[in-house]
Amino acid sequence: MSRELSFAQAIQEALATAMEADERVFIMGEDIGVYGGAFQVTGDLVHRFGEDRVMDTPISELGAAGVAVGAALAGSRPILEFQFSDFATLAMEQIVNQAAKLRFMLGGKVSVPLVMRLPCGSGTGAAAQHSQSLEAWLAHVPGLKVVQPSTPHDAKGLLLAAIDDPDPVMIFEHKLLYKIKGDVPEEAYRVPIGKAAIRREGRDVTIVATAIMVHRALEAAEVLAGEGIEVEVIDLRSLRPLDKETIIASVMKTSRLACVYEGVKTLGIGAEISAMIAESEAFDFLDAPILRLGGAEVPIPYNPVLEKAAVPQMENIVEQVRNLARGKI
Amino acid sequence: MATEVIMPKVDMDMATGKISKWHVAEGDAVKKGAPLFEIETDKAAMEIDAPADGVIRNISAAEGAIVPVGTAVAFIYAPGEAVTQVSKPVDQSQPATRPDAGKNSGSLAVPASGYFRATPLAKRLARQSGVSLKDVSGSGPRGRIVMADVKAAVVKPLQVLPQHDMVPVDSMRRTIAQRLTRSKQTIPHFYLTVTCDLTNLLNIRESLNAKAPLGSDKSALWKLSINDFVIKALALSLKQTPEANATWTDDFIQRHHASDVGVAVAIAGGLMTPVVRSAETKTLSQISTEVKDLAARARSRKLLPSEYQGGTTAISNLGMYGIEEFTAIINPPHATILAVGAAIENFVAVNGQPVLRSQMKCTLSCDHRVVDGAVGAKLLQAFRSFIEEPALMLA
Repeated sequence: MSRELSFAQAIQEALATAMEADERVFIMGEDIGVYGGAFQVTGDLVHRFGEDRVMDTPISELGAAGVAVGAALAGSRPILEFQFSDFATLAMEQIVNQAAKLRFMLGGKVSVPLVMRLPCGSGTGAAAQHSQSLEAWLAHVPGLKVVQPSTPHDAKGLLLAAIDDPDPVMIFEHKLLYKIKGDVPEEAYRVPIGKAAIRREGRDVTIVATAIMVHRALEAAEVLAGEGIEVEVIDLRSLRPLDKETIIASVMKTSRLACVYEGVKTLGIGAEISAMIAESEAFDFLDAPILRLGGAEVPIPYNPVLEKAAVPQMENIVEQVRNLARGKI
Repeated sequence: MATEVIMPKVDMDMATGKISKWHVAEGDAVKKGAPLFEIETDKAAMEIDAPADGVIRNISAAEGAIVPVGTAVAFIYAPGEAVTQVSKPVDQSQPATRPDAGKNSGSLAVPASGYFRATPLAKRLARQSGVSLKDVSGSGPRGRIVMADVKAAVVKPLQVLPQHDMVPVDSMRRTIAQRLTRSKQTIPHFYLTVTCDLTNLLNIRESLNAKAPLGSDKSALWKLSINDFVIKALALSLKQTPEANATWTDDFIQRHHASDVGVAVAIAGGLMTPVVRSAETKTLSQISTEVKDLAARARSRKLLPSEYQGGTTAISNLGMYGIEEFTAIINPPHATILAVGAAIENFVAVNGQPVLRSQMKCTLSCDHRVVDGAVGAKLLQAFRSFIEEPALMLA
């Protein structure tokens, strides 16, 4: 049975499902208990599972991340919520130097099965320190897995897959997505980590997009379809591991690639995808330069007009992808 | 890094542009957006603006030069930036101004470095389809060749092919195609040619035609043609060479009693071969009258199947078209067919002297399954004696 849930509700359902099924699973984070979480994702879970399994933490991301890594090493299945993914910068030592490395440094004798949930992205007026898209930072680190769902369905399925995973998985949740609704099956299904989804098929241009950009790309594709340009939209879903096969196959079909992502353009996920295509068998099939639409090279501004201008909008995608399809770049 | 100033593509069909005037000189400071030079295309003249701020250097195309689209004609350096000679001057006399430069819109996407400005897909397609990129005009930015340009270049030769009509195949055409294809593919043909002297035949024909009695309508009862003699001669030859008057079947050879001679008649859209039955028993005038009737009804497509099916041999005469000799395809169930050429006057040696004689070349096609070389030769030898001594046909 499937019904309509919001992105936030789908995550909450995944958390509850996992905690019901497995006593080792617990969640922790700032204000996730009685307050219900900064974005009301955990809601009333504290009343259902108690404060031992829905644990409020002090305002110390490094401390909380250290607890999560230790608990994972000791056999628990911790899920740590950050209020904003921006605060992961405070926990970098635990994420990058401990969680990502211990399996390798200890010869595979341990693993760190933890999940971190990281609300990210701009568009809420939260300014420079609460609006970043840092997913490419963490996707640069071997030992971590990094996923970014764009639908309620995938939010639940990827979270359950992440909880099952024996290694640390970072889930970046775009804040503008929490309220969107979509069909979510009741049962405990998994969306495989490392597998992209083709959201729309087309023959002229491939757009590889992440998170909120998937929705903007789909809207842009609809506009462009009216002009006779058929866009294929790939929802990347996983940044690490990267689903190279799906992207390569699509580019070999369309011969044109646009990467659309909210993170800063330079050295972002679009750079990786572009380079991957240039190295692949799809290179010989390119009939135009690769296009990247990423965030502007500035901290996200507070001014709402500038905030909007700092990341790709639907209109930008339409214009640039039209130019790409028409051979103007 | 220096900014390239290129000959832009300002029109879809534009392959080259002529620089009619430079507004700046080597070493001038230029402002982005300020006019640099004027170009003339087939259709228009326009000003080209500076793509960047800086100092203009390495002007490689003088006024009057015709430059392929996409070629760098100058560079804009930032103030103080080291100047390097990155491109050779565009040679004004060639290749750009060569008279055929327009035809082969070639080397359009070739910067001075010699590399083609083309996408990987365009290069790949060009490789696969054997198209040289120098023959392709690029439609992309800065003259870049994209896949569609290569495809257009591949398709072009097809576009100059002559137009053709689609003529429906009617049942006669299809039958001819099927029967002759099967014949040529399954029957082992061989060919024998003789030259026949027509001196006696022509004399006799003239005399017989001259003495033809008049009918009730006052017209001559017969007007014999050479072909009437040929039919009778071939029919009698087959009587003398019964091995050749035969049909091959996989189990046995049919040896025919009568010489049924088909006569190929050209009709609109194809040909028919009505059969003169037992031609060896008929007189020349009977044959002549019968053939005229069959041919007329063949042309109006009023022959009965019994009038064109079967037969034991056939004659195809293209002499009236001036054809000297040719070979014909056997029309099953026949074992032979005689291809008859035109009567032609040749000098032949008679007692060491050149004498003008009318001659006719005839080529017999034989089905080797039933007619061996010597049998065919015997048949043709008999035929030749009947033609050269028509009186023998009375014997």
